[in-house]
Amino acid sequence: MSPTFEKYFVPEPSKFPIFGSFALLCIGAGSVMWLNHTGPGPLVFFVGLATLIYMLFGWFGQVIRESESGQYGKNVDASFRWSMGWFIFSEVMFFFAFFGVLFYVRVIAVPSLGSEESVSVLWQGFEAAWPTAGPRAEEAFSPMGAWGIPAINTLILLTSGATLTWAHWGMMKDNRTQLKLGLLLTVLLGALFMGFQIYEYMHAYGEMNLKMTSGIYGSTFYMMTGFHGLHVTIGAIMLLVMLFRVMAGHFTKDNHFAFEAAAWYWHFVDVVWLVLFVVVYWL
Amino acid sequence: MSAVTPDQVHDDHHHHGPTGLMRWITTTNHKDIGTMYLIFSFIMFLSGGVMALTIRAELFQPGMQIVQPEFFNQLTTMHGLVMVFGAIMPAFVGFANWMLPLMIGASDMAFARMNNWSFWLLPVAAILLIGSFFVPGGATAAGWTLYAPLSVQMGMGMDLTIFAVHIMGISSIMGAINIVVTVLNMRAPGMTMMKMPLFCWTWLITAYLLIAVMPVLAGAVTMILTDRHFGTSFFNAAGGGDPVLYQHVFWFFGHPEVYIMILPAFGIVSEIIPTFARKPLFGYASMVYATASIAVLSFVVWAHHMFTTGMPAATQLFFMYATMLIAVPTGVKVFNWVATMWRGSMTFETPMLWATGFIFVFTMGGFTGLICAIAPIDIQVQDTYYVVAHFHYVLVAGSLFALFAGAYYWLPKWTGVMYSEFIGKLHFWCSIIFFNITFFPMHFLGLAGMPRRIPDYALQFADFNALASIGAFGFGLSQLIFIVAVVKCVRGEGKKAAASPWEDAQGLEWTVPSPAPHHTFEIPPVVK
Repeated sequence: MSPTFEKYFVPEPSKFPIFGSFALLCIGAGSVMWLNHTGPGPLVFFVGLATLIYMLFGWFGQVIRESESGQYGKNVDASFRWSMGWFIFSEVMFFFAFFGVLFYVRVIAVPSLGSEESVSVLWQGFEAAWPTAGPRAEEAFSPMGAWGIPAINTLILLTSGATLTWAHWGMMKDNRTQLKLGLLLTVLLGALFMGFQIYEYMHAYGEMNLKMTSGIYGSTFYMMTGFHGLHVTIGAIMLLVMLFRVMAGHFTKDNHFAFEAAAWYWHFVDVVWLVLFVVVYWL
Repeated sequence: MSAVTPDQVHDDHHHHGPTGLMRWITTTNHKDIGTMYLIFSFIMFLSGGVMALTIRAELFQPGMQIVQPEFFNQLTTMHGLVMVFGAIMPAFVGFANWMLPLMIGASDMAFARMNNWSFWLLPVAAILLIGSFFVPGGATAAGWTLYAPLSVQMGMGMDLTIFAVHIMGISSIMGAINIVVTVLNMRAPGMTMMKMPLFCWTWLITAYLLIAVMPVLAGAVTMILTDRHFGTSFFNAAGGGDPVLYQHVFWFFGHPEVYIMILPAFGIVSEIIPTFARKPLFGYASMVYATASIAVLSFVVWAHHMFTTGMPAATQLFFMYATMLIAVPTGVKVFNWVATMWRGSMTFETPMLWATGFIFVFTMGGFTGLICAIAPIDIQVQDTYYVVAHFHYVLVAGSLFALFAGAYYWLPKWTGVMYSEFIGKLHFWCSIIFFNITFFPMHFLGLAGMPRRIPDYALQFADFNALASIGAFGFGLSQLIFIVAVVKCVRGEGKKAAASPWEDAQGLEWTVPSPAPHHTFEIPPVVK
């Protein structure tokens, strides 16, 4: 072996995974009880959620300490890069499923419900058009237009991508002020996006009568924007953690993959939004 | 390939850290975690087996004897879910955990802590899944595919199943990312991609499939959950949705899933046959390319599960031809295995018996697959016992037989003790004979029109069903022989195994002592 061989870091036994498993057991069982109005569902669910948060703090905290104490070498860094890429790929496939659903519904399911055969036999009077709440829609609703809040949100997210890159430049130039400012701006823009999104939902429920129960349009609209919003929230929390770590003096210009991973994730969320904006809101 | 192993073999049989139960709960060692995966999957295999035997007991005679129809449907559903997600998949992950680092000369998996979590999520999912039998309304009875609208109508057992599927999905994605990163980033110096044992290649591609399709399954069951509880209309035509949509999403996951369950089996068989034919694997590169082609094609064939749902003829033709195309790379593989054996110095120790049995019986399942792929025939045999026969030929005689082949092949490496050849061979012969007694008659039942997932049947099906039930009980009992073989090894009853117990086994795993020390390849070997 060459003398420069670098031993791969293998962690000591850890108690965190079993806490994570216990947490998901509680969250799963608690959700089921809650949804079926039986047993102490919310209690079990929140015990699980609290355990999960404890586990995430402990586990990530340990990883951060190991990283900052220099126990990870180049090999572990490469592993982190590969794994984050593959993780984002799995997320892409998750959204791909819902985009596929929307495509199928708009191109195949709804037109076939409005076909001559279907209308004459089953769904009298149904006219296939998008948006629709289906042939047995109980209430009318207004669809969400693209050029109000959604367009502003698009600008916000695109800007946040730019501020994040600006922060990264700060990291590369060792300009910590620029780094902190860029990260802070990105997190704030993320929060602003979520604020607008929540306002949009309230507006939709309150004034447009657009609900999750508004047939297939409401289903796809809330499922897709909702999961996207969840991912924005997760991404913003990741970036917030990065901001705290920067303020604690973590990262150097050569060693800051955690920051890059969060940035990758943020850009992924950004790209999903662009597709969402076009196919859910606009077309 | 020959490996230069520096003095990397410590006599480090101990491990540091907690002992007793806490050792297993907190471990970050790939061998410990691999062992837990294997034990877990075998327990689930027996649980799913008990369900199968209850099904076969009910079907021994026409009429209703043992269980209620509702419970029968729960059993067929849970048998499928438990075997697919609890037995076959975790068993292969167990093999990956144990063998991948040893095969590529890595000290452990890339993310050892996450590896632990991937495993310990499975018992949680199993508790939710099996626990659903005991809630009001019982377990889900929608079939393992959980088709809407049935799955939208079931009781809370269905919700438990949904969350179990989510948790198993998280486990699979984390495990798969771990495997991909380990294979891509942790190979010993000189271990180029095209020198890797084929098992590593098949698992790399399997892991890619898992990362690609488990999120899609998560999406599918999430839509069921919101349709059930939050008033969405994804699978409800009255709201503009479509129950057939569920089938599309499910099978977009489901078809790659069947390759997830067979590609690692191909890898195991490709390790074993060269050893006992004492020849290098024929057509290594073509095996790699064939595996990759199967993976790519698996994404464009899903609707062959849905020929009877009503789709345009052009769509049927596309999916029919795409499906038949998969026979080409699969044929390449079978050809290569046979060509590896051609003029080899063959011996038939237990692993080789299982591997050759695998080729023989799996190929039959492959041919019935081709028959099912032909749309006009499929419309006849859809949802009949012909399909049941087909997928048990590829899943039991394919995946499971390869798992047993691999288990006997590497048991000496895991335990340091040779298994008993007599017991191993007895296990094989009982299994393959009873397997065929069980499932071969199902072809005839299916062609004669017996529907699947039905607790009672018309009188003309009685003889073949009785025969299949006898075979099933024989097959089930035969698996107890495996427990004897393994327990004897674990208790050290048998010949001590050398580092390489086989005459001509290639690969880095045979350069470390048997049993493999707790830590191996902390200094990577150099592969030439």
